[in-house]
Amino acid sequence: MSTAVELQHALEKTETSLHQAQQDFTQLKQISSQYLAETGPTIQTETPIPVDKPLVTDLPTPSTQATTTVPPPHPLQQILKDWGAPVIEISYFLAAVLFILGLKKMSSPLTAKKGIIWAGVGMLIATLVTFGYPNMHNYTLILIALVIGALPAWWFAKRVAMTDMPQMIAIYNGMGGGAAAAIAAVELFRSTSQGFDHGLTVQTLAVLGALIGSVSFSGSLIAFAKLQSIMKKSWIFPHQKLLNLVIFGIAVLLGIIIVIQGQAPIPLLIAFFLLTLIFGVLMTLPIGGADMPVVISLYNALTGLAVAFEGFVLGNAAMIIAGTVVGSAGTLLTQLMAKAMNRSLGNVLFSGFGATAGQIVDESSVQGSLKPIDASDAGVMMAYAKQVIIIPGYGMAVAQAQHKLWELTKALTDKEVTVKFAIHPVAGRMPGHMNVLLAEAGVPYDMIFDLDEINAEFSQTDVALVIGANDVVNPIARTDPSSPIYGMPILNADYAKNVIVIKRGRGTGFSGIENYLFYADNTRMLYGDGQKMVAELLHAVKEL
Amino acid sequence: MLAGFSGFTAIYIFMLAAFTGYEVISRVPVILHTPLMSGSNFIHGIVLVGAMVALGHAITPIEQTIGFIGVVLAVGNAVGGYFVTERMLAMFKRGGQQ
Repeated sequence: MSTAVELQHALEKTETSLHQAQQDFTQLKQISSQYLAETGPTIQTETPIPVDKPLVTDLPTPSTQATTTVPPPHPLQQILKDWGAPVIEISYFLAAVLFILGLKKMSSPLTAKKGIIWAGVGMLIATLVTFGYPNMHNYTLILIALVIGALPAWWFAKRVAMTDMPQMIAIYNGMGGGAAAAIAAVELFRSTSQGFDHGLTVQTLAVLGALIGSVSFSGSLIAFAKLQSIMKKSWIFPHQKLLNLVIFGIAVLLGIIIVIQGQAPIPLLIAFFLLTLIFGVLMTLPIGGADMPVVISLYNALTGLAVAFEGFVLGNAAMIIAGTVVGSAGTLLTQLMAKAMNRSLGNVLFSGFGATAGQIVDESSVQGSLKPIDASDAGVMMAYAKQVIIIPGYGMAVAQAQHKLWELTKALTDKEVTVKFAIHPVAGRMPGHMNVLLAEAGVPYDMIFDLDEINAEFSQTDVALVIGANDVVNPIARTDPSSPIYGMPILNADYAKNVIVIKRGRGTGFSGIENYLFYADNTRMLYGDGQKMVAELLHAVKEL
Repeated sequence: MLAGFSGFTAIYIFMLAAFTGYEVISRVPVILHTPLMSGSNFIHGIVLVGAMVALGHAITPIEQTIGFIGVVLAVGNAVGGYFVTERMLAMFKRGGQQ
């Protein structure tokens, strides 16, 4: 077909719809003037719009000049019918733009607060206009579901302690995955009960989204249970990987049958969803608590992908865009986290952490001895230092020492000591978690430095204060290739002139590896509870 | 279906959105990893819109039940994700700021 003919066709189409609009408008006017005549003073009607005059004169008038005699039910309904769809489309588009801009703003500490608000506005707009979506029923059910879901989520989100943030993210993420799977389920059940086919592409994406979404759902619930310490041990049994593979294989097989069949029988659909849920549980069970952040981040990316697929099923561009953006951003974030933890993603997913670590280095190879110090001496040492670098670990957060630590920082700054915080990427329970915990205590983020930013400064530092951190300052990661943490980037605390380590007892770190830093000549051990020891240091500094 | 775009348009959207997501956070500092993960977790809460439509189109009791669960889960994702992220980000401040 040539372009001219195509163009003419398009013009004809446009003209028809224009005609329709003009007719609708006239009818609307008639109805409203009728209404006004009945209820109030008459309004002088303007000259009627010429309906029959074609807009493009050198084209033949379309033959489809329908002369509808049935008046529209109600002016308001007519307006919703004419403008509902474009308004929804524009609002979804706006929401997608706000999400991307919000995410961009969230990647810099200066604008991050604005970022989440922008994204929130986008979400609110998208949710509100969805009530005007065409052919919707069950409004009461929707409203009840919104209230039932929103209230507890809001309540818990407002109250959860900052230390428990990782599992909170896990559970909210799991809910998103579950919702994506539920959308797929409704669409697949609907095509069976109402006897229509989605078409191969849509059916495939619905099944894929269902698979990913329910794995993310049940997997995130296990991640939550592990981080919340409801479930303490990692479940490892013989032939586990084989069993997982078999279950995954059957689930995929059922998925393929559902795609081919189009209108799949209900029991088959139920079996498929159950298997995917079980696979999510089995896949997450053997993964240790320390690797959970990477897993949560991965499930976050997967949920995004599932949302994008279901967005395709529903023809919803906002879901496709937002889901895909989260899918790719989440994948990148997962890689960054895995890299920071010196673990590959495959390693995290397919081997329990306990398998490689836990081997304790032969004690006899450790040179030197542990040299204790008391708080007043340590305080004096810090007060007369030029620069102090504080290295907090998760132990600090467990001891709730961050507020006292900030007070100590202020006291030292008053004595013209430069204080900096050095954060290892895996400090806390996920990358960036420690920053949140310090921020909660009031430590400004420009005092906090990454490993790359600060490692060169240790050699010019008088005192490095290690509190609640262990493996991330162990020099063995640089020197001993046989060590399980060999190659992991560490904070070079041992290069500082003096090192003070606050530690509860003599035990080894979380990986069970002896820390060579504690035996170094320039290291002094300050034994005791983190919060109490920092309070004593503060006292000592203030006394001077 | 509202938008009714063809398969290829969807693939274009998919590809461009994937690049956007990657570019937007490729230079993010480690200090923001946790809030950013939480923020992106909130953004896929847009699944709420789809869950509402799915429940709105559900007819049989089993569809309505699953749709209902879907909306409950989705709104939990959106609301919980928002307030958790907002709480974390509200704490970040620079020196001298109180």
